[in-house]
Amino acid sequence: MTGLTTTASLIYLISAFCYVIGVHLMRSPKTAKKGNGLSFVGMILAAIMILIEILVSGRVQVGAWIALAAGLALGIFYGFSKAKRVPMTDVPQLVSLFNAVGGGAAAAIGAFDYMTANGHLPLVLSIPVVLDIVIGGITFSGSLIATGKLSGKVSGKPITFPGSKFVNILVVIAIVAAAILMITQVDNSWYLVLALLASLAFGLLMTLPIGGADMPVVVSLLNAFTGLAVAFAGFVINNQVLIIAGALVGAAGTILTLQMADAMNRSVANILAGGFGTDDSQPASPAGQTDVKVVETSADDIGLQLAYAHNVMIVPGYGLAAAQAQHEVAELAKLLTDNGINVDYAIHPVAGRMPGHMNVLLADVNVPYDQLKQLDEANSMFENTDVSLVIGANDVTNPLARESGNDISGMPILDVDKSKSVVVIKRSMSSGYAGVPNPLFSLPNTKMFFSDAKKGLQDIIASSKEYINQ
Amino acid sequence: MSEELYANLAIFVLSLLVGFEVMSKIPSTLQTPMMSGANAIHGVVVVGAFAIAAEANNWLLYVLTFFAALFAAINVAGGYTVTDRMLGMFDRKPAKKEEDKK
Repeated sequence: MTGLTTTASLIYLISAFCYVIGVHLMRSPKTAKKGNGLSFVGMILAAIMILIEILVSGRVQVGAWIALAAGLALGIFYGFSKAKRVPMTDVPQLVSLFNAVGGGAAAAIGAFDYMTANGHLPLVLSIPVVLDIVIGGITFSGSLIATGKLSGKVSGKPITFPGSKFVNILVVIAIVAAAILMITQVDNSWYLVLALLASLAFGLLMTLPIGGADMPVVVSLLNAFTGLAVAFAGFVINNQVLIIAGALVGAAGTILTLQMADAMNRSVANILAGGFGTDDSQPASPAGQTDVKVVETSADDIGLQLAYAHNVMIVPGYGLAAAQAQHEVAELAKLLTDNGINVDYAIHPVAGRMPGHMNVLLADVNVPYDQLKQLDEANSMFENTDVSLVIGANDVTNPLARESGNDISGMPILDVDKSKSVVVIKRSMSSGYAGVPNPLFSLPNTKMFFSDAKKGLQDIIASSKEYINQ
Repeated sequence: MSEELYANLAIFVLSLLVGFEVMSKIPSTLQTPMMSGANAIHGVVVVGAFAIAAEANNWLLYVLTFFAALFAAINVAGGYTVTDRMLGMFDRKPAKKEEDKK
């Protein structure tokens, strides 16, 4: 090892150390920000070191400098300004977009190495090159579709077409064939193109049939895939920091995916099969629900009820995030707390568009952190709650989960039905994502207010003000 | 198997184990920021973009270098910024707006 390569190896080791400790620190809310900062320091160190390495090598052509500098400058500008400006409700799709480009970069590196191999690539390099291109391609197109589904640009409904299974098999055969051809005959660019196109197609076909509500798990899974693609890129260019960081993200992302799926009471295999989602395409049995008796209420009544309550529990759900009603809910809560009413939020682990997303949304509108009650704490408070205000949440409040023999059995839920009275703001009687009717809606102490979360909350704020000011 | 490949494989496997270990039991509040943080880390692929730039010597390769650099830079810059914004919300105290209203 020359002096430079020794220094470089040590710097990359420090950089890898920063990532591991950074991720470790991110496990607790108190140190999470520090952890992310440390990981960023590692990133900067690695980038400076590789820059010095290629500067010293003196081999970089002018055209390559221009391409590199232009790519970096545009990328930093775009990524930074996009991340600075994104509203917190749109974060999931942005993370998915950043994941897509990570996979794309890994695929580009794999393609580059295949093309510069001059017809000769030892097996130990050609295998990671092929894996790099295939995994990178799949995550690139798959994550872009996930971004589209989360942002509503692509229908959130599962998209399938007749014969899709057959097409899937064809695409997989194409990927395997292209991979084998690339490994055995290194000098043919058509194999590279075939592998790239087939991988992109596979990412598309894999993600399209999955329903929008399952997207967070898919994004997390694709995130793990990108980690692996980056690790393989590390094998290709023989750089250990890529291998360490990539493998770290691959493993961590896999565990995170399993935990997310677990919190949503779903299995990853189930999600990928799109089984649940396909039932979703038919509106969940409206006929079976018409005979359920529910009591409707109005914004005026709810305002009165809230104004004379002592303890109010707000139960936000996906509907609140979808309607972007977090400002309204914070305004209502503030109005009530200013008048001596205790207001807390019961946060289900998977409420919102991603696990933990609801906390971020509410923190964004200045909801005090101590008002956010997690599952267990919230459940111990419902007995003393006068009014539970369920906003756009359904399955996470379904008491059927406590019984056996249905699709949501065993899912941890918020025991909203134990509070003295319940008000549910919901657009319609339709079932939640799981397609299981919710008996909470027809309990004697439950009233339904059919409205969009944003509009409904505005009306409730107006009426609460009247009663409070009387 | 060459020594180099063996070393790389060993690093790969051990890093996987570290990843599994460090990620056990994440509070659900932190799952989204954690995913975003991990997402930023695989932006380290930017090192690969620099590395291939050193070998690029024709137009097609310049274009590949450009896209590798562009994509990786978006991943790094965007990934860290949005993670930081998300995490910043956990320690933010309620703003002084209360006085404005009264």
